[in-house]
Amino acid sequence: MEPLVIAGRTFTSRLFTGTGKFSATSVMEAALLASGTELVTVALKRVNMQQPEQDDMLSHVEHPGIHLLPNTSGVRTAKEAVYAAQLAREALETNWLKLEIHPDPKYLLPDPIETLLAAEELVKQGFVVLPYIHADPVLCKRLEDVGVAAVMPLGSPIGSNKGLRTIDFLEIIIGQSKVPVVIDAGIGAPSDAAKAMELGADAVLVNTAIAVSRDPVLMAAAFKQAVIAGREAYEAGLGMVAQTAQATSPLLSFLNPVS
Amino acid sequence: MQKQAADVRRALSRRVRDLEDFKALVSPAAAAHLPQMATLSHTLTKQRFGNIMQLYVPLYLSNECQNICTYCGFSYDNKIKRKTLSGIEILKEVEAIRQMGYEHVLLVTGEAQQTVGVDYFLQALEIIRPHFAHISMEVQPLDREEYEQLIAKGLNTVLVYQETYHEADYRKHHPKGKKSKFDYRLETPDRLGQAGIHKIGLGVLLGLEDWRTDSFFTALHLAYLEKTYWQTRYSISFPRLRPFSGGLMPKVDMNDTELVQLICAYRLCFETVELSISTRESEVFRDNVIRLGITAMSAGSKTNPGGYAVDQQSLEQFEISDERSASEIADMLRRQQYEPVWKDWDVALGTC
Repeated sequence: MEPLVIAGRTFTSRLFTGTGKFSATSVMEAALLASGTELVTVALKRVNMQQPEQDDMLSHVEHPGIHLLPNTSGVRTAKEAVYAAQLAREALETNWLKLEIHPDPKYLLPDPIETLLAAEELVKQGFVVLPYIHADPVLCKRLEDVGVAAVMPLGSPIGSNKGLRTIDFLEIIIGQSKVPVVIDAGIGAPSDAAKAMELGADAVLVNTAIAVSRDPVLMAAAFKQAVIAGREAYEAGLGMVAQTAQATSPLLSFLNPVS
Repeated sequence: MQKQAADVRRALSRRVRDLEDFKALVSPAAAAHLPQMATLSHTLTKQRFGNIMQLYVPLYLSNECQNICTYCGFSYDNKIKRKTLSGIEILKEVEAIRQMGYEHVLLVTGEAQQTVGVDYFLQALEIIRPHFAHISMEVQPLDREEYEQLIAKGLNTVLVYQETYHEADYRKHHPKGKKSKFDYRLETPDRLGQAGIHKIGLGVLLGLEDWRTDSFFTALHLAYLEKTYWQTRYSISFPRLRPFSGGLMPKVDMNDTELVQLICAYRLCFETVELSISTRESEVFRDNVIRLGITAMSAGSKTNPGGYAVDQQSLEQFEISDERSASEIADMLRRQQYEPVWKDWDVALGTC
């Protein structure tokens, strides 16, 4: 499997994970390790930003090879996002940021306008910005133009486990993106993750499907394998799916006049 | 028309449920389907909120009150010693609460505009804001401009219970004081939504009126608010009338089974709404209800001003039932494979 490079950092695992919804931080830690992930997102609203060194969750994420990706979950505007990002950079000592602006607390759907405005400002301020967005191909290109390090379109609503409901748009995004495409939100089963990777996604981010499963550690391991399988299938080149039999078309029969 | 078993079955089988389904699920006909409601409620809650429980604690700033409420220990006609915490006293309480591990505090007062009005709240917020990640408030309804001032000072959430949606009986229970204005109270969530508050808590005082009717109106109110102020989060609380000094006996006694039915009905019809349970409820009830849809709970609560450190003997608003400490509640949650969450907000959020 080819390594993935985002903003100069190389990842051998293409499975990114989250830290929410686990029954205990010890379970979360075991699941992270079983997943083989190298990038873990944490909501800054859950972290003790005044004394991050005393934060229980962070202490369970800190492992060699695992990088932190703070997210701005909870902000509603670009202005709030920029402020939160600055605090996160200072407290957590990373300029990587998952930019999440979802003013809608019900389905947590991202605001495209505020996200674009915030991304532009944060890139200027030196952040490595990975924006969480709807599967909107034009928005992805606009974000690419302002300098984001990757785009993170959703497969379906956050936490829904519904899988790749936006597949037609994900294919367009993957087809035309110059930055890595990380499919985030909605991936509910290892088969969804494998499918995303087969499509050519550069990585997937999975949280709920692991955290709320009966055995999060086993599920994390299953996702690890699915992502590898999907990526390897993509690199190997999937065969074409034939829609019709390959018979001579009667439309062309005039080219071979009956003798 | 009274809901029948067929309405309940239909409500249970639907992917997306509406207010007619809510009616069916709180109806007497749904009682026979409670096991199925409980299972579904547990699954939906786990999917949305995960294996966690938000913890908060009330900080009573004052028991001064100019209202007469037939059911409340702070009622003006209840001859008790009145107390409003000074700045220094607030800090002492804050310190005691922080020692318990809390990052989310709920400020509570009676309704006394002269002594405990917006100016007092602004000063209190100034003192309290640096010490907590999330600040909620349960005080008298205020004007939109007043809420805007408080939000600018770092207020995140306001809880405002209608008590009852039955207008005539509302007047009976609130004969005097500013609280007697039914419409002003009813329109409070609108003023909060217009002011851009982050979260609004709703509810009725269960026991004042028929809980099914009152809860349906709460659900109707919630559905309207969710569509109108779509950037605001909502929570529902389930206060049942509890004994207090000089108290009124509940007109309608809501038993534990009915309260579980109501909690499940909310979860099935409002999958994303936060559901909160207070220390009014018994240990056994609280230990079990966390798996049925509840996402937030208070623990180690004192309902009297100064109750944590300053004046532990002052009169409480109501008797709490679950007297376990915050750490005991956290242990109970962990034994049930739930992670107690003390912090789920940050001063960086919602104040720009």
